[in-house]
Amino acid sequence: MINPEYYPLVRMVIFLVAMMAFVGLNALVLVYAERKIAGHVQRRPGPFHVGWHGLLQPLADAGKLMAKQLLTPWSSDKLLFWAAPLLSFLPVILLFLPIPFGETLYGLNVNLGVVLILAFSGLNVLALCLAGWASNNKYGLLGAARAVAQSVAYEIPLLISVLTVALMSGSLDLHAITVQQGAWPWQWYGVLNPLAFFIYFISILGETNRAPFDLPEGESELTAGFHTEYSGMGFGMFFLSEYANMVVVCCVASILFLGGYQGPIESGWWWFLLKVYALLFIIIWMRWTFPRVRFDQLLNINWRWLTPLALLNLVGTVIVLRLAG
Amino acid sequence: MTMSPQLSSDPSDFYSQSFSKGARENTLILNMGPQHPSTHGVLRVIVELDGEYIVRAEPVLGYIHRMHEFMGQKKTYTQYLPNMGRVDYLHATAWNWAYVGAVEQLAGIEVPERAEYIRVLTCEINRICSHLVWWGAYLLDLGAFTPILYAFEDREFLLDILQRVTGSRLTYCYFRFGGVYADVDDKFIDDTRTFIQRFRKRLKMYEALVTKNFILRKRCEDIGVLSVQTARKYGCTGPVIRGSGVPYDVRRAVPYSVYPELDFEIPTFSEGDAMARYMVRLKEMEQSLRIMEQVMDRMPDGDIQGKTPKTLKPPKGETYFAVEGARGKIGVHLVSDGSATPYRVKLRAPGYSNLSCFAELSKGTLIADAVSILGSLDLVIPEIDR
Amino acid sequence: MTSIKNALAGLWSLVVGMGITGKYFTAPLVTVFYPRQEAENIETYRGHVELVGKEDEAGVPLCIACGQCARQCPSQCITVSAKVAPADPAESKDGKPAKPKRLKTPGVFQLDYNLCSLCGQCVQVCPVDSLRYSNNVYFAVFTRQETNIDLLERLERQAKEGK
Repeated sequence: MINPEYYPLVRMVIFLVAMMAFVGLNALVLVYAERKIAGHVQRRPGPFHVGWHGLLQPLADAGKLMAKQLLTPWSSDKLLFWAAPLLSFLPVILLFLPIPFGETLYGLNVNLGVVLILAFSGLNVLALCLAGWASNNKYGLLGAARAVAQSVAYEIPLLISVLTVALMSGSLDLHAITVQQGAWPWQWYGVLNPLAFFIYFISILGETNRAPFDLPEGESELTAGFHTEYSGMGFGMFFLSEYANMVVVCCVASILFLGGYQGPIESGWWWFLLKVYALLFIIIWMRWTFPRVRFDQLLNINWRWLTPLALLNLVGTVIVLRLAG
Repeated sequence: MTMSPQLSSDPSDFYSQSFSKGARENTLILNMGPQHPSTHGVLRVIVELDGEYIVRAEPVLGYIHRMHEFMGQKKTYTQYLPNMGRVDYLHATAWNWAYVGAVEQLAGIEVPERAEYIRVLTCEINRICSHLVWWGAYLLDLGAFTPILYAFEDREFLLDILQRVTGSRLTYCYFRFGGVYADVDDKFIDDTRTFIQRFRKRLKMYEALVTKNFILRKRCEDIGVLSVQTARKYGCTGPVIRGSGVPYDVRRAVPYSVYPELDFEIPTFSEGDAMARYMVRLKEMEQSLRIMEQVMDRMPDGDIQGKTPKTLKPPKGETYFAVEGARGKIGVHLVSDGSATPYRVKLRAPGYSNLSCFAELSKGTLIADAVSILGSLDLVIPEIDR
Repeated sequence: MTSIKNALAGLWSLVVGMGITGKYFTAPLVTVFYPRQEAENIETYRGHVELVGKEDEAGVPLCIACGQCARQCPSQCITVSAKVAPADPAESKDGKPAKPKRLKTPGVFQLDYNLCSLCGQCVQVCPVDSLRYSNNVYFAVFTRQETNIDLLERLERQAKEGK
């Protein structure tokens, strides 16, 4: 028998492995969803021929990506070039650890869950920066520069809006924050403080490089931005981590603002997934509707609108909380 | 880690070498194209970047040069006809018309009235096709993926309509000296009328989805402001100069065919920015619909082919004929030495003149703006290189 | 104040845009599932040219092998030559062998579709209307040589199939 002292460790390891599978599966589902939604928005069927309604298409894509030759540009920095995709992907798994998918379904019960997630999600930008720099490509370099400026800028309103919720609940423990909100929508922080939710939502678009803020890989300007030189699974890793990041930020959003795994009827992990996927659907839907913003506009939105608004919101929340006792 | 010299400057070909001679210190020389998502085909633009700001830009042409003008000197007048659909594949009928019109002028061939009306009709349908492709591709440049598929959905109707008479869907070779290849039938007219009804509704949707979109307006307004003087200097025509406030349209300025009898406006915007050029094209589509309606109402019966000599040998002399294409003034200068082949064919492509102002417009803008400007000029690269 | 108003109006325009794409998301598809369905507009498509057979004898073209189409073609993609009848020894005069006789029907009629630009000038120039556009949309080959279509053989095949 295992010493009961090690239970949390065993739990963590099992959860990490499970999350690996979850991230992979999620990527498949999201790729399928993305292409299907794009297709139907544009009045075409999307993937259709591989499997029933194209269900096996993401698998085929994954197979293709893995089978492709990995090319290393001769003038690149070999070590950093291949370290970047790994660095981009690995921390993402850690981000899932403190997330409570259900009442007892979590990997690590820490009282600083929010901080852990925010800290490790900051690593992603380092990977993008390295990828752009190490590939020794001008487009890659420009993309990397954009990625750094964008991520750093959008982290600020993101943090402030998370801080607002933390103040409202008085805790940084994701589990505690979930429980404090009730099962009904009017008890959720997203409804009680819609401005914080709005700011958080815009910021995660910037953080995860999703359209209309997908500037680091802005196709029409920088061909493919930081991952221009990556082929096969090198690109696949960035791809996976982008989707995994999207899932993480949407998980956090549904915990902080939408009551997590609680729902009006039968609380459980299904409510949690439903909320996460609803948010993901909106993000995908936005991508297929809007043009891309320009880089200076992107920063202007952040510094002139989101950050001041988030600060005002924080102050307002503090005053209201104080007055309400 | 040290940057390998390739990144700083290692120009490999002549253009990069000569361009980098004038470069300032601490700038990056970047080749956009010939293979680049936003240069639509094989245009190459060398830019000198300071951060993301463009210090200098220079378009490099010639990657799709096919010697159309020289082919004109080697083929007979009729044999040269199919070349015209290939110069500008998006508005092929206008090029057809420019060449056919020049030959008719030179050889004194009469065109029956019905043929003239059919020409106007197909040309305007083709103009909408061209503007739809531009609209979709421009938004693709700006990062919106969906509009191009909506545009192609509408364009598909028009291509089906045009296929009824021309038999092809893109590189039309439909106009003949003294007329057109085939007559239009009732189904053609009915389909066109149905399309006009449908497209008026779709234009409203386009406006709500794209034109009023906040992000798009921010990407287009005050970007690439082209003054009237600059536009004149470079010989810009078409929507580019009409976006700068000059109501120059060959259909009104040098009227040809039955255009003088038709009632339509020339949309003009005075701002001179990318948004103005965008608006001009959207309004032009509405005007084209108006022209199409009038033409279908007035179309007379009769022949579609005038009398032409069996072997065409225009008398010695030269002529110039211009029509208004989707991108501007399309001109054909023909010189005949009395034989069956032209002595010289000079094609004036509007895209060439419109592109030449790009170097001036893009100075000091962001790289994303340069893409927006390039898109707003509506370039068809095969036309520029000819 | 105006900037806040503008920002709100801008946000609203984004919501409107989302509404439109959302509406189309639920709308029926407009594409054709190609291998299982065919487009409806093939009828008016004009593919490569083909020969027209005689009314009483569908396998023999109306063509008189005058070669005008080949001369008119901008890209020299048509090869026509008349059928040559073997010399009739009965017609030999003064001990000279008789000249082979050129018949008014083609022996070779080849179209190099690689070069063809579908301009239709051969169709228009033909004095006996022996050429017309075919409806052959699905023209795909593995080698370049296969694009060299033998129109006589094609006509015979069509006559046999009773088209």
